Amino acid sequence: MSIRDKVIAIIAEQAVLEPSDVTADSTLESLGIDSLGLVESIFAIEEEFDITIPFNANEPTQSDFDITNVGAIITGIEKLVAEKS
Amino acid sequence: MKRVVITGAGTINALGQSVPETLEAMREGRCGIGPLEFRDVERLAIQIGGQVRGFETEGRFNRQQMTLYDRFTQFTLAAAEEAITQAGMEFHGDLSARAGVVLGTAGGGVSTWDDNYRSVYEDGKNRVHPFVVPKLMNNAAASHVSMKYNLKGPSFTVSTACASSNHAMSLAFQLVRSGAAPAMITGGSESMLCFGGVKAWEGLRVMSKDACRPFSANRNGMVQGEGAGVFVFEEYEHARKRGAEILCEVVGFAMTSDASDIVMPSKQGAARAMAGALADARISPDEVGYINAHGTGTLANDKTECAAVADVFGPHADDLMISSTKSMHGHLIGGTGAVELLACIMALRDGVIAPTIGYEEPDPECALDVVPNDAREARVEVALSNAFAFGGLNAVLALRRV
Repeated sequence: MSIRDKVIAIIAEQAVLEPSDVTADSTLESLGIDSLGLVESIFAIEEEFDITIPFNANEPTQSDFDITNVGAIITGIEKLVAEKS
Repeated sequence: MKRVVITGAGTINALGQSVPETLEAMREGRCGIGPLEFRDVERLAIQIGGQVRGFETEGRFNRQQMTLYDRFTQFTLAAAEEAITQAGMEFHGDLSARAGVVLGTAGGGVSTWDDNYRSVYEDGKNRVHPFVVPKLMNNAAASHVSMKYNLKGPSFTVSTACASSNHAMSLAFQLVRSGAAPAMITGGSESMLCFGGVKAWEGLRVMSKDACRPFSANRNGMVQGEGAGVFVFEEYEHARKRGAEILCEVVGFAMTSDASDIVMPSKQGAARAMAGALADARISPDEVGYINAHGTGTLANDKTECAAVADVFGPHADDLMISSTKSMHGHLIGGTGAVELLACIMALRDGVIAPTIGYEEPDPECALDVVPNDAREARVEVALSNAFAFGGLNAVLALRRV
């Protein structure tokens, strides 16, 4: 499974949706994921890829990690995974 | 209904190991937050906190006591000694039978859990010390205070996360006001600054890595603290008859539940608690000169709290002062309301308002007089102390100058 598919699977599970319902331009809000759901998703992604995502719920827009939409999250994760290896 | 006054106060926290030390630090706007020091701290993403430093147990507690006292109990006993000594009370006969202890703590003996889990899971040991349970239980501190001072009346521990101390003090207030107890020892303590305690908080991603800056536009989260605050709440006539020094009067309280979200605060719940405390005390909003804010330094709390204050106080919100001393001592979780009550006492008794330090940028969503960075002299007749917990459980106390 690619990074993209894994991230989409994690987000879909959090949103209680099918992976096919989650697209690159979906926002977390549009998927019904609230702030707690976001923190849980980030935790699940960190566990899956063994990475640390620089995200602070107090300054979501200032974090080094872009959560504008699913596509931005996938790009961010791909970068972190590449940096790790 | 009886009148209730505070005749003794004690504390230990990152700012000092007594009330005078703590108030001096608050007046000077000193920061007690710094690098954490304990085992495995290098494995944490969050490495700062308001840790109590230089607390000597040697000479204070004997070996047998140390096997029974978790750090949160040690803090409580140190603070209780200061408070009860100041009040000049001894508990015998009818007073002993009716006076009790109500304390708040969120986690109880967190480092005892931590140390013993490490021992059985990481070190593979199959045996733990026989007193692990009596050491870690949330009511250990209240029980040891009751044993040490012969307090045989209503005694228990309240655990409502960050509002634990305020709920505890509200209940103690009720017991004295109703006439059920002539005096109560109350307040709270917390000691979560160990690897597991901080690791758990870190997971929520609401912690700051650099500083607690309540109400400042560039705030980025809360910082944990540790310590205890303990008070003697006494029936007014009882205190007057024995010529006790009165620090201030407790005039009202209210408790509310948001019934909405497990972590996100609610403006309505906070506003109902503040308005409720005023109604209980029969105080009009414009009498309030100072509010010790919950002011955690998170995005969500500070703007919600300011909106709630604006709702309750209307135009008077712009005239009153509101500060968060968490910027100096950190968030003591279940003990926080107790240490913060000291700032209310300082405002009422000494006419000095503790500042919100670390304030760098105005936030239009927190546009109140937050007493930025420097303490201020002002005469205050009535003060409120706010605590809004995870789980949406709120408790607000109202105090008056005597």
